Formats: sequence, C-alpha cells, structure tokens
Amino acid sequence: MSEKTSVLPCRKAFSEALFELAKEDRDIVVLTSDSRGSASVENFAEHLPGQFIDVGIAEQNLISIASGLAGCGKKPFVFAPACFLSTRSIEQIKIDVAYTNRDVKIIGVSGGVSYGPLGSTHHSLEDIAFMRAIPNMTVILPCDVNQTKALVKSLVSYNKPAYIRMGRNPVENVYDENIFFNIGKANLLSDGADATIIATGEVVKTAYDAALILRDKGIYTRVIDMHTVKPIDEEIIIESARKTEFIVTVEEHNIKGGLGSAVAEVLIRRLPVKMYIAGIPDEFSITGSQKEILEHYNITPEGISNIVLKELRRG
Amino acid sequence: MEGIDISFLENKAKEIRRNIVDMIYHSGTGHIGGSLSSTDILVTLYYKILRIDPRNPVWTDRDRFILSKGHSVEGYYTILADLGFIDREELKTYCKFNSRLTGHPTVKIPGVEANTGSLGHGLSLGVGMALAGKMDKKDYKVYVLMGDGEQAEGSIWEAAMCAKHYKLDNLIGIVDRNKLQIGGPTEYVMSLGDLSAKWASFGWEVVEVNGHNISQLVTVFESVPVKYNKPTLILAHTVKGKGVSFIEDKPEWHHKIPTSEEYTRMIRELNQEDDNVREDIGSAV
Ligand SMILES: [Mg+2]
Repeated sequence: MSEKTSVLPCRKAFSEALFELAKEDRDIVVLTSDSRGSASVENFAEHLPGQFIDVGIAEQNLISIASGLAGCGKKPFVFAPACFLSTRSIEQIKIDVAYTNRDVKIIGVSGGVSYGPLGSTHHSLEDIAFMRAIPNMTVILPCDVNQTKALVKSLVSYNKPAYIRMGRNPVENVYDENIFFNIGKANLLSDGADATIIATGEVVKTAYDAALILRDKGIYTRVIDMHTVKPIDEEIIIESARKTEFIVTVEEHNIKGGLGSAVAEVLIRRLPVKMYIAGIPDEFSITGSQKEILEHYNITPEGISNIVLKELRRG
Repeated sequence: MEGIDISFLENKAKEIRRNIVDMIYHSGTGHIGGSLSSTDILVTLYYKILRIDPRNPVWTDRDRFILSKGHSVEGYYTILADLGFIDREELKTYCKFNSRLTGHPTVKIPGVEANTGSLGHGLSLGVGMALAGKMDKKDYKVYVLMGDGEQAEGSIWEAAMCAKHYKLDNLIGIVDRNKLQIGGPTEYVMSLGDLSAKWASFGWEVVEVNGHNISQLVTVFESVPVKYNKPTLILAHTVKGKGVSFIEDKPEWHHKIPTSEEYTRMIRELNQEDDNVREDIGSAV
C-alpha cells in the first residue's frame, strides 16, 4: 500500500503512459470522437498528429474505423466517454471488434457516475454488463494512477480486444509506482478470515478503507482488487469462499450484470457462499457529485464495513 | 489482371449466376435478388480490377474489398472458391452445421476482410483500412460494396463525412442501386431521393454506371481515383434478380427460395442466355 496520494485522474495517466510508448511504436494510433480534452489525448493531437484520428461526434464510425486500422496491422486505442462508447457503439464493438477478433483497445473515460450532476445520459452503469456478455472481450478497471500506468504497458502487448473503464476525477493511490499489471490475475490487498471484499476500479480504495475500519473493530477481511472483470480470476474467488464464507462485492455499476454477477457466476458453479452485491441499485441515479451519489448509495468505507458487520452479527 | 477481356468476364458472370441459383436452391437459404444484382460488379472487381493473390490472402499490399451488403454472399463465396481462396468442395457446406460459410461472411474465410451482415458497418471499416494505407504510404485501394436499402443507416454518412475529411482517394464506395429492399421499393420504404446529389454533397466524386454493363464497369473502375484527394462513389444502377426474367425487379425475391420447378426454369434461362451470347460472339467473328 502506498501512502502517496495523487492528484491525477487515471485517464490522464493512461494517456501519458501511452504517449511515451507511441513515440517508439508508430503503429499505435489514438482515435477519439471529439473527446481529446475529456480523454486527455491532446498530447497526441499536438505532438503525434500522424498517429491521431478525430472522427468528430460519431461513435459508431469511431469503432469501425479502429477495426479497419487493426485489420491492417495498426494498434488502435479508442478514447471516448464510457457512457457513449459502451452504448452508442455497442454493435460495432460486438461485430467489428469482438466477432472479428481485432486488436482494438476501447478506453471508456469518465465512467461510472464520475460525470456526477450531468445526469444519467453521462453515467455508464451498464458498461461492464454489456462488455462482459460479448465473447472475446476483456474487461478491465484500473483503480489508481500507478496501476493505470502499469496496465498501459501490459495492454500494448496484449493482442486481444479489450474494454478499459476509468473515472473522470483524481484518485488516491492504492499502489506504489513500478508495479506490474497481470491481466486476469487479481491482487490480494489484505488478508483475513472473517469476510472477503472484492472490488473493481476506483472503488477498490473504498473497499480497502472499509477493511481498515473493520480492523479497528477486530474484524479481519480479505480485500481483493479484481481489476480484470473478464476473464475473471476464478481461483482467488474460490480460495476466498473457502476461507471466509461471506463475500461482498463493490462496484460503481448497476448491481445487475457487473462484478457482483461475475463473482456469483463463479461461486454458484463451484462453491456457493453467502454474498452481498454493493453497487448502484437498478435505477437512474439521483443527481449530485460523484461523491454525493456514491454516498447516497452507501458506496463508502462506512457503508461497506456496515454490510460486513451486519452479516457477522447475524451469523 | 491484364489480358482479361470483356467476353470472358461476361461469361464468368453467367457462370457465377448459375452457381448462386444452385447454392440457394440446394441449401434452401440465401438472398437471391441482391446476389444477382451484384454479380457483374463482383466479377469485374475480382477478375479484372482487384490486386489480390489467392495464394497469399493476407498480402499487406493487397487491395481490400468489403461486402458491406453482407447478405449477398452466394456470388462472393463462389468467386472466392473459383479463384482458389477456398476449396470449391467447401461451397457445398454453405449454411450447413459448423461450416465457415455462414449466411453472412466472416474473416475466418480466406480473402474476406470483414464480418458483415449488420448493415452500415462496411464503409467505416473501409475508412479505417484506407487510413492505414495512407499512414503506411501504401498504394492499395479499398472497395466497399453497399446496398441501396443500406443507405438509410446513419453510420454510412458518418463514414462518408470522415472519408472526405481525411482525403481518402484510395477509398471507393459502390452502391448496388437495385431500387428494392426487403420491404419493397426503396422510395416506398425510405426514399433516397437524389442519391448521387447526396454523395456529391458529402464531397465524394460520384460516377454513375450501368451495373450490368461490364465494359462500362471496367472503364469506371480503371479511372479511379477520379479526383486527387477525394473518395469515389460509384452509383451502379442495377436490377434486383438480374438474369432471371421472372424474378427481376420483384420485391418478393429478396430472399425467396425457388421451388424445384422455378429452379429448373432459372437454370434453363441462365443457360439459354449463355448460348445466345455464344451465337453473338460467333457471328461477330
Ligand atoms: Mg437494394
């Protein structure tokens, strides 16, 4: 665990890391649909214009063009707000990227409720469910800047379709610098025998802080960063079920179809244990800042720790 | 391909038409009307225009062809087999259990560049391939064959705008303008109006052609790019069901399967026409 905090949003870290690699690898191409600012890819537009394509506000075209480029040996990274990318272009993602099995990296920025008060048009709370149901797709949510930088390095040599979701706002660091990102292999952040908390994306920090609250009460939890939601790390889930008998999942996503569902699919098949899926309920969310929305739905260290406390008291 | 003459192409087109009818009749599935309207365009491209190598389907300098109207596969598959991309025997597996030859093409089939079947994707894919060609300073061309009913897809116009913006003169769109779609005449279902003017207004160089006149098609394709820095749109006027008189221009033959009696009549007609042409050639010589 790093003590350092960062003021950078993950999207910015992603773009900076990719920029360094793109200077050496001319096949890396960045595409965006008039989101060079929100995706933080101005560096490409300015300094690597030959590797940058803006298609205007046209998300369907955006994805198909990327597939065409990949079919000719390019390594396209497509950047747009997760809300539009994961819904407006979903058929292009299904057919032109996944069905055709082209090496296209789909980078959804400002995901979850990180656009806050802009409303549900700008929230992406179904993207994990959509992407997870498409064969050949890999689904990844990094949780901090250091992990995001490590992810970029791993992604460049990962020749498969992938959807990456990041938030809009600066996040505190969970990891130290120079960690390695192992796609498909979850990270155990703390161990314990009382309960397991599995989280993905920027709420991993929330899960970790929940574990700290619980530790002060003498309750020891396993905290798992399930950065890769698909293909999911089945073994760490089963190991957790053997050790703790109660698993809470935490995600900035609709409680239907996301990380919780993915974990449940593994448990129900191999080792059913009691579970709780913490996330946004199946409704168009209340208005507020990202922080206010998450607080409203109890996606906070206190909220998550209370779920564990309640279950242990009951048990 | 040098040395390929027009009469060879015309005879090849007839052979492909017979194969289309055969495949559809024997498999009990397919899109007969649109396959027959596209035949002369496909034959001209594959036997005369495209720079391709069946022995090396992934040759990086090859021209790219995308069948955006992915339902017109029967002629496409027949040509790929005839040229040696796939084995002729494999055609018999068309739409059968576990075959690569699905009702819409996929890149699992050597020579196929895109998984099409959902309309409105092909031109955007072509834009990507044409952009890659420009980035890598390669001189290949990208051809995208679209249907006219398909023109209602908004994504086509996203791609049209983009191709002009990026000056993709290595991109050639072709519209099989057979004036029909599954629900009836295009002008009844969703009127296209002046399609030529629409493409021109998006900054494309538009050329109109009789899509069944192979010598015209060759001339037009050989003149591409018509304008430096501009994509080309070839508006090919065609007849749905072309070559079989009793299904020509009939909306119900979009994907109807012929009865055995109809099949016999179709083949007889397609053979007869062949004989007539042979007589014509004979008398001309
Ligand atoms: Mg039509």
